[in-house]
Amino acid sequence: MPLVVGAVVVVAWDLLVRLNNLPPYVLPSPEAVLATLVKDWSVLFASLLVTLRITVLALLAAVTGGGLLALVFASARIVELSLFPIAVLLQVTPIIAIAPLMLIYLQPDTAVLVCAFIVAFFPILSNTTMGLNSVDPNLRDLFALSGASRLQSLLLLRLPAALPYFLSGLRIAGGLALIGAIVAEIAAGSAGQGSGLAFRVVESAYRLNIPRMFAALLLISLTGIFIHGALSLLSWLALRRWHESALDPGR
Amino acid sequence: MTGAGDRRPVGGGASRGAHGDPILTLRGVGKAFDNGVTALSGLDMEIRDGEFLSLLGPSGCGKSTALRLIAGLSAPTSGVIDHARPAAERHSIGFVFQEPTLMPWASVFGNVHLPLRLKGQSRRAAEPAIEEALERVGLAGFRDAYPRELSGGMKMRVSIARALVTRPSLLLMDEPFAALDEITRFKLNNDLLALWKQLGCTVVFVTHSVFESVFLSTRILVFRARPGQVAAEIAIDPHVPRDEAFRTSADYAGMCRRTSQALAAAMGESAGGGGLA
Ligand SMILES: Nc1ncnc2c1ncn2[C@@H]1O[C@H](COP(=O)(O)OP(=O)(O)OP(=O)(O)O)[C@@H](O)[C@H]1O
Ligand SMILES: [Mg+2]
Repeated sequence: MPLVVGAVVVVAWDLLVRLNNLPPYVLPSPEAVLATLVKDWSVLFASLLVTLRITVLALLAAVTGGGLLALVFASARIVELSLFPIAVLLQVTPIIAIAPLMLIYLQPDTAVLVCAFIVAFFPILSNTTMGLNSVDPNLRDLFALSGASRLQSLLLLRLPAALPYFLSGLRIAGGLALIGAIVAEIAAGSAGQGSGLAFRVVESAYRLNIPRMFAALLLISLTGIFIHGALSLLSWLALRRWHESALDPGR
Repeated sequence: MTGAGDRRPVGGGASRGAHGDPILTLRGVGKAFDNGVTALSGLDMEIRDGEFLSLLGPSGCGKSTALRLIAGLSAPTSGVIDHARPAAERHSIGFVFQEPTLMPWASVFGNVHLPLRLKGQSRRAAEPAIEEALERVGLAGFRDAYPRELSGGMKMRVSIARALVTRPSLLLMDEPFAALDEITRFKLNNDLLALWKQLGCTVVFVTHSVFESVFLSTRILVFRARPGQVAAEIAIDPHVPRDEAFRTSADYAGMCRRTSQALAAAMGESAGGGGLA
């Protein structure tokens, strides 16, 4: 179904351009965008790799940092109460406002990475913390009765219970890491640095190379869809045997 | 505090050792929750080695709360709980919760393995014990199923298998058979009795069913509500064989009637202003 809708939109877009005889610098036709994509592939693909690399690195850092901090939070409530507000502060301040500051203190590449990390970090931290704390109290009692050590409770009870929460945080974080990377690249790109996809968008805008701008935008969307798809697949693989979210609704 | 000191000396028929002595005594135990509900107040009871004790009472009278106190899962807000033995050599406890309480991410096998795993037994080493426990509850073919693939009654049976797998010396069960059909329930009643005789363990069994409590127990404590405490105690000769003949005997019917009356009296007293419709 989504494919049909997509096809209809593309055809409508094509017709709009043809019937009104719009010049490419106003609205390029789908073929023009595709042609640009092929023609400029080497430049665009290199940029795609840059953006993808930053997004993936930021996501990995967020998983490590957010996951570890959630473990600390879950084992000591005081730490959670004192540090969580700071995490919230980072989360509610728009990344576009933080980016210029980062660019002053850090190398542009690092600054972009840090921005993407900051936005991806929070959903992982808050979801994992919540997951680690939402263990069935009866199961906790059962572990206590069986003389489980803290480590055993963590490994056999709290981590598995937190997994669905973590994975849903991860899916949100994946999308946010890309947004963070793009936003920071735009902030950095206008200062003359960077070569990610967002930089290509800005650059094409300056040169009024609208077809290329569309091609870069298309790649950004595809990257987002790819990240979302990959993380959804991961989540499904990890949960399909037992979690309600992975149930086939048809049954 | 041995109000029911009428305990008959147990003959040599049973193979168990010095049983009949209290292993756990609750004196004037009260439990109030943070939200102001007083679940138990002035509860006096004891658990005797090797007995099959049923706690019978209306819903909300504090049976589950009492069971959790006995297990040491929560502390009383007043009164004392005395253990006959020091903590180190205390009984291993098997606990069957009122809900199945399975780990959804683990298979049936993994769930039953849990108590042994926590004691350091590998899958391989634990396998015979797990198979046997699953066999007992009639789930031998379901070891690789996940909890969400099981019916409510099957989940409960997994939970029972998990409590049996460690061969506990004190088995605490909170309405374990409430979700089962009558045939399975009768079968598991018989299995439980066989197991109790074979292991020589002590059982504390919470139930709503007068018939079940009379069939299974050597002693029944009838609870009253608000505040939860023991309203009546009924002893049943431990030597009568618990078989189908017993289930249909006049003795059994008589004891059920007595127990029902005790329960009705307990509920009548406690209905007070509440009005149990
Ligand atoms: N954790 C809790 N916090 C507050 N109140 C509680 C808690 N657990 C139980 N209660 C209250 O204590 C009373 C006794 O509860 P309990 O679960 O022991 O009853 P029960 O005899 O097991 O009932 P049922 O037969 O329905 O299982 C109830 O009024 C209940 O509302
Ligand atoms: Mg209960």
